[in-house]
Amino acid sequence: MTEQAAVSTTVPTTVPTTVPAAAVPGFGKGPLAAASRAQRPGALRLGPVDLIPWTVIALVYLLWPGQAPFAAQVLVLILFALSLDLVLGHAGIVTLGHAAFFGLGAYTVGMLNVHLGWREPLTALAAGGAVAGAVGVLSGLLLLRYSGLPLLMLTLATSAMLLELANYRSDLTGGFDGLSGIDPAPLFGTVAFDFSGKTQLLYAAAVLLVCFVFVRRLTASPFGQTLRGIRDNRRRMEAVGTPVFGHLLAVYSVSALLAGISGALFAQVNAYVTLDVLSFERSGGVMVMLAIAGLARPYGAMTGATLYAVIEHYLANVSPEFWEFGLGVALILIVLFARGGLLPTIERQVARRSGRARQ
Amino acid sequence: MTSAAHVLLTIAFDGLAYAMVLFVISAGLSVTMGMMGVINLAHGAFAAIGGYATVWLTAQAGLPFPLALLLAGALAAVLAVPAERWCYRPVYKADHLAHVLLSIGISLVVVAALTWLFGPSSHTIRMPDYLSGNVELLGVVVPVYRAAVIAVGLAFALALWLAIDKTTIGARIRAAVDNRDMAESVGIDVDRLFSITFALGCALAAIGGGLAVNILGVGPRFGLQYLVYFLVIVVVGGMGSVKGAFASALVIGVGENAGRYFLPQAGAFFMYGIAVVLLLVRPNGFFTRASTP
Repeated sequence: MTEQAAVSTTVPTTVPTTVPAAAVPGFGKGPLAAASRAQRPGALRLGPVDLIPWTVIALVYLLWPGQAPFAAQVLVLILFALSLDLVLGHAGIVTLGHAAFFGLGAYTVGMLNVHLGWREPLTALAAGGAVAGAVGVLSGLLLLRYSGLPLLMLTLATSAMLLELANYRSDLTGGFDGLSGIDPAPLFGTVAFDFSGKTQLLYAAAVLLVCFVFVRRLTASPFGQTLRGIRDNRRRMEAVGTPVFGHLLAVYSVSALLAGISGALFAQVNAYVTLDVLSFERSGGVMVMLAIAGLARPYGAMTGATLYAVIEHYLANVSPEFWEFGLGVALILIVLFARGGLLPTIERQVARRSGRARQ
Repeated sequence: MTSAAHVLLTIAFDGLAYAMVLFVISAGLSVTMGMMGVINLAHGAFAAIGGYATVWLTAQAGLPFPLALLLAGALAAVLAVPAERWCYRPVYKADHLAHVLLSIGISLVVVAALTWLFGPSSHTIRMPDYLSGNVELLGVVVPVYRAAVIAVGLAFALALWLAIDKTTIGARIRAAVDNRDMAESVGIDVDRLFSITFALGCALAAIGGGLAVNILGVGPRFGLQYLVYFLVIVVVGGMGSVKGAFASALVIGVGENAGRYFLPQAGAFFMYGIAVVLLLVRPNGFFTRASTP
């Protein structure tokens, strides 16, 4: 992250003289795009680390099938956190209403299935993503004209409005009782979703893999580099000619789409949807997951969501208050002593240790 | 009097009492947020502490209700001082995300602590005789308690307005809200001022929480449940403005109450709708005092 920040702050002053902005195709039309293009191969070079998560999923599937339903839940949360990281981590938009998109995806799948009998999982997943993405475009057009505290309040209030609306139309959404009996048809017409949850796990892993690769490529692209430039210094990016609003709208919509897919996946894996998919607790929770690990890092969402879900799984069994208390204390400590999250803090410590060892 | 006017007046009184509770809690948040620039999602937690303290002090310790309210305020002020010193002060200059995470953390700790101490269910309070029953005002039968809450809310609004606009400490607070560096350079001890103001803001929250019990009830999640209301009132009113908080609490409290009366299924939909429109029109609030640096 420090590397990226350094690039985005130094590049605008040096590059415009060498590369005409109009010559750069693709998402990023600003001069920054050209500079980051040169680094892109490095940014996406894969190493053994990139195999770890998928190996873990395979091991859970093979050796610990009893945990398959829980593992699938974790993958849903990872995808949700990954979508938030695009807006919060890379573009620096602090939103407290991201659950709106998660809930839209979940209810789209649920209502298509229960009311219209649309059970084919992949098209339903796409529909969930499309609805959330479309709402993302529309709400982004309106809300992204604001920033800072007003934007935070608007995201909070609009998502609360959506929750009230879902509660009001309980004939469609099932209200507080939730929408149950979601029964996706077999994948590709052959592989059925079963009670063991093993199909769900593989399905969720496949969806996550596709989205993860997409996000990695997007964030390593000139477009992603430009977003981080906007996050770190919006005025400078405006000054060098970056269409800031267009970039923010694009990333907000993509993020909404991915959050919708994660919500859709949630509905299919759980077979039910309740109002809490739209709640403030869900918006706040996903932000917490991301922030405990660290923002705008390739494995921030995976680390944060996994830690959060696993610890919650065990502590909440002891007592829900125990979990809430522990999480609260952990958040306070992280903000006070490990600002930026656990991963960057650990890296700093390791770097300091190894620096000392060499001396 | 016609029955329609009668109904409207009843709704107006109910809405006013509700608005006054929201105002007393939000006024504290408005001053602290305006002054310190911290997005404090844990303000409602202090209101919940105040609600529980009031219930406990009246039911277990047998204290009279007004005294219990004041003690609840004092308790919150005492708790607020270390919270400000060791949690909020280090993050004043940090970004919004740090504020949000820190105050969510504090909220969760309070929720867990209240659940441990008093159980997960919601609590109500028994009112003394002189605050029970009904009274007739303008030809409408109004519960005495609600009339009293309206009076107390108005008194608080007047007192706060006088305190902030007419006293020296109020002038110092306004100076620190407008420009912290400038205030420091003319010799105001801003750190100490922040401590005092934060404690007073939390005391207001606790008193508001105590007043709210007989209208809204209080549970461990009270703070999170009404969080959006407090924040919306503060931001719509303009951070740091008591006048603004009063006006927006009135609009939102009375408006939501009317919405719930005429279309009960829609719940808080109206409140959020009003809030979104107001925020879109005036993102920095209607009575903004602080000039954004």
